[in-house]
Amino acid sequence: MRYLPLTDVDRTQMREAIGVADFAALYADVPSELLLEAPLDLPRAKSEIEVERLLSAMAKRNLSAASAPFFIGAGAYRHHIPASVDHLIQRSEFLTSYTPYQPEISQGTLQYLFEFQTQVAMLTGMEIANASMYDGSTACAEAALMAHRITKRRKAILSGGLHPHYADVLRTISHFAGDEIVALAPDVRAREDIASAIDDSVSCVILQTPDVFGNLRDLAPIAEACHRHGALLVAVFTEAVSLGLLKSPGEMGADITVGEGQSLGNPLSFGGPYLGLFATRQSHLRQTPGRLIGETVDADGRRGYVVTLSAREQHIRRDKATSNICTNSNLCALAFSIHLSLLGEAGLRRLARANHASAVDLVDRLASVAGVETLNESFFNEFTLRVPGDAARLVEAMAEQGVLAGVPVSRLLPDAGLDDLLIVASTEVDTVEDREAFVAAMRGAL
Amino acid sequence: MLDHPKDFSFETFSGNRGLDQEEPPIFEIGRTDTSGVDIEEPAHLEPRLGALERKGPIGLPGLSEPEAMRHYVRLSRKNYSIDAGLYPLGSCTMKHNPRLNEKIARLAGFADLHPLQPQSTAQGALALMEELSRWLLTLTGMSAIALSPKAGAHGELCGLMAIESALAARGEAQTRKVVLIPQSAHGTNPASAALLGFQPRVIEAGADGVVSEEAVAKALGPDVAAIMLTNPNTCGLFERNIVAIARRVHEAGGYFYCDGANFNAIAGVARPGDMGVDAMHLNLHKTFSTPHGGGGPGSGPVVFSERLAPFAPVPFLLREGETLRLVEHGDGAQSFGRLTAFHGQFGTFVRALAYILSHGADGLAQASRDAVLSANYLRVALRDVMTQPFGDRLCMHEVLFDDSFLEGTGVSTLDFAKAMIDEGYHPMTIYFPLVVHGAMLIEPTESESKRSLDLFVATMRDLIASAKRGETRRFTEAPRHAPRRRLDETAAARKPVLRWSAS
Ligand SMILES: Cc1ncc(COP(=O)(O)O)c(C=O)c1O
Repeated sequence: MRYLPLTDVDRTQMREAIGVADFAALYADVPSELLLEAPLDLPRAKSEIEVERLLSAMAKRNLSAASAPFFIGAGAYRHHIPASVDHLIQRSEFLTSYTPYQPEISQGTLQYLFEFQTQVAMLTGMEIANASMYDGSTACAEAALMAHRITKRRKAILSGGLHPHYADVLRTISHFAGDEIVALAPDVRAREDIASAIDDSVSCVILQTPDVFGNLRDLAPIAEACHRHGALLVAVFTEAVSLGLLKSPGEMGADITVGEGQSLGNPLSFGGPYLGLFATRQSHLRQTPGRLIGETVDADGRRGYVVTLSAREQHIRRDKATSNICTNSNLCALAFSIHLSLLGEAGLRRLARANHASAVDLVDRLASVAGVETLNESFFNEFTLRVPGDAARLVEAMAEQGVLAGVPVSRLLPDAGLDDLLIVASTEVDTVEDREAFVAAMRGAL
Repeated sequence: MLDHPKDFSFETFSGNRGLDQEEPPIFEIGRTDTSGVDIEEPAHLEPRLGALERKGPIGLPGLSEPEAMRHYVRLSRKNYSIDAGLYPLGSCTMKHNPRLNEKIARLAGFADLHPLQPQSTAQGALALMEELSRWLLTLTGMSAIALSPKAGAHGELCGLMAIESALAARGEAQTRKVVLIPQSAHGTNPASAALLGFQPRVIEAGADGVVSEEAVAKALGPDVAAIMLTNPNTCGLFERNIVAIARRVHEAGGYFYCDGANFNAIAGVARPGDMGVDAMHLNLHKTFSTPHGGGGPGSGPVVFSERLAPFAPVPFLLREGETLRLVEHGDGAQSFGRLTAFHGQFGTFVRALAYILSHGADGLAQASRDAVLSANYLRVALRDVMTQPFGDRLCMHEVLFDDSFLEGTGVSTLDFAKAMIDEGYHPMTIYFPLVVHGAMLIEPTESESKRSLDLFVATMRDLIASAKRGETRRFTEAPRHAPRRRLDETAAARKPVLRWSAS
């Protein structure tokens, strides 16, 4: 087996050194009735060529975004990833190290995480950020739990524009943690009245912008309403690139900002691994979940970085920890950070404008398709269409014509009676030809 | 040899020391108007942003591509890694990460696939998830699987949620609020239990390092929801009373959650399903070689017994003839709901399956046996100079020492670990598990050659002899040959600086 360096001669010598006659003796602590007598009914070892052949065949059975005009978003977005990003994250020292437990030989990881925390804080307009969570949805659940700890209240209000998967994750965790959720009805046109739902028993409002239907939300009035009642505003985003063009949650008064960071540096990869972004106010530092990297000096007075304030974390605090998270998403955070340093502020703004322009162009083209209506007054790179008939069926029909058209709302909310709605995203990757193909395929399928 | 470190640390003008180059943060290199990505400015754009356009500066520095390459390559060289040396971090299974797996995960048919594209266009991806499930279920001897948990700790939540749902179905969710957890458990176990409103109740292990049937029996009662037991445990020992413990827990109406972080000792050798386990997470980033990535991403699929299977989260896979369907909504059924957006860490599923297919059933068993063999080899090679807290006995895939062999030397476990850094090694896990004074938990994995193990032993023996000879400064002043010397963690915590700012 190519990955196992020990030879049979080594194994014999090592067994002799230990004083065990065979492998059964080595496993003497395992009750003998538990040891498998025969090998399991599973295939035997395979060469590189065989494994590659097998798995490539599986990969070929999928219609990849690269091989079709592609307009799917709703929480995960296709963007161009500079070649250098993927090269850099595959450096052995980044790929094959672990949590920086020994800072003297982990400064590479610690410094890029310190840079990452700073970039996330700048991007979201918040004071501090942590070193990443699993993904946007779990970061969102952590934000609700944190708001409960801070306000000592246990009721969260969910906007009807929150990604339904995020709402589901919140429902699950709240159910088991014994917390209350008030979920407002799906709000396709961003007309919900959140403010009147807030009272002194509410710990936080969870509000997404751009929302899952693509609408842009002004957080400021809701932040104000929250603060009047001693509640916190949790701002959510699923498209990090939007922050290059849109007012930051910090600017609009958010207390905690969480989001999905996949858009920068990370491929779609059928849903994961991604990275959760988590940012908040300095005053909430001690209640923040997850790992934090801080600057310090070494014994020679040189600048360096360490994992800090770990008295909040499970390995020190155990059942009193602010979260149970241990392994997080460092390598995805590295990809995010490299992509963002390559872009820089000017590049990010240009990228955001290119995305917006692409979506605006598609919306304008769709105006000529009879029976199709764009529901958004404002949007970034994603919007919702009302189509004649069933959107899921339309998507299947367009896929047969080789166009991946978007996410039918019924896929996310099967019982909401919104079967004629389609969420469409258009990014910088789409060409004019792709958008023409979209319009043609839609005309053909209707 | 042991001059004061000041004598050589800043002897160069630049602060660099040959290949060890200093590198400031991007904020001191880049400029907000520089970019390493060429993007065409849209020719014509009438924004539809309402009044929500961002106006003020963001402050994000940009780097040209050569500057970015240099920055991150320099940073990378300040990290230790498996590829560069033995990384015996106990409980973390730092095994070799095959590059074939990286290559396959990057095939367009996997990497460029959207989680919400029509399932009819992603049948290959679903087939891969089904195949991985089949392997994991067969290896563990369990009935059902949830692939979506994002890491081990997330898997713990998943397992405990299924347990609480099963209790609720019996009408006992309100009365059973205690989870039994041994003192040696990883911190995530009590943290996960507490997060869901359970009270952790500590059970003590015996003098032999394992939990006895009697200790569990004594702690059981009508208020107990479950036991969380790590097997092999974090002392490197197989919980040999596990079958009797499981029986006791079941008889008392509780469930058995097994922390499977240490599955690398027994994969292909023994099955948790035969031990009475009801739920267990697997860390794909440990046992199944998906890269640790500097601290993630991980992946923590959970396998369930028949009793808990109905409560598994969404999404899950259903085969309908030739077609695979991912069930994303559990309405009306007993599923406890959704743990995360989308379907889990698909990219790690690809890597784990590539690892599994490469090994085959025979290779997986061999890998486990080699891991156990290597740990025991280190144990016997070091047992005359180090001290084992539970007597001289066989261990599983990791070997635990305490610090009594350092008594009177003035060298602590931490000092010893730092001296290992100077010798070119990543230290073992230290001060964990908490039940052992000055713990040193060594996990070599199956990826080390005998030559590598022998070199490690020779180095450890030299260090120990040196400590015993009173060469204390070799330890207390270590590391001296790393990119940084010891860092001031107290200062970092007292006045936290968590982001860069111009000063
Ligand atoms: C014994 C044990 N349990 C649980 C965990 C948590 O797993 P993860 O870090 O994947 O969340 C770890 C490792 O980190 C562990 O060593």
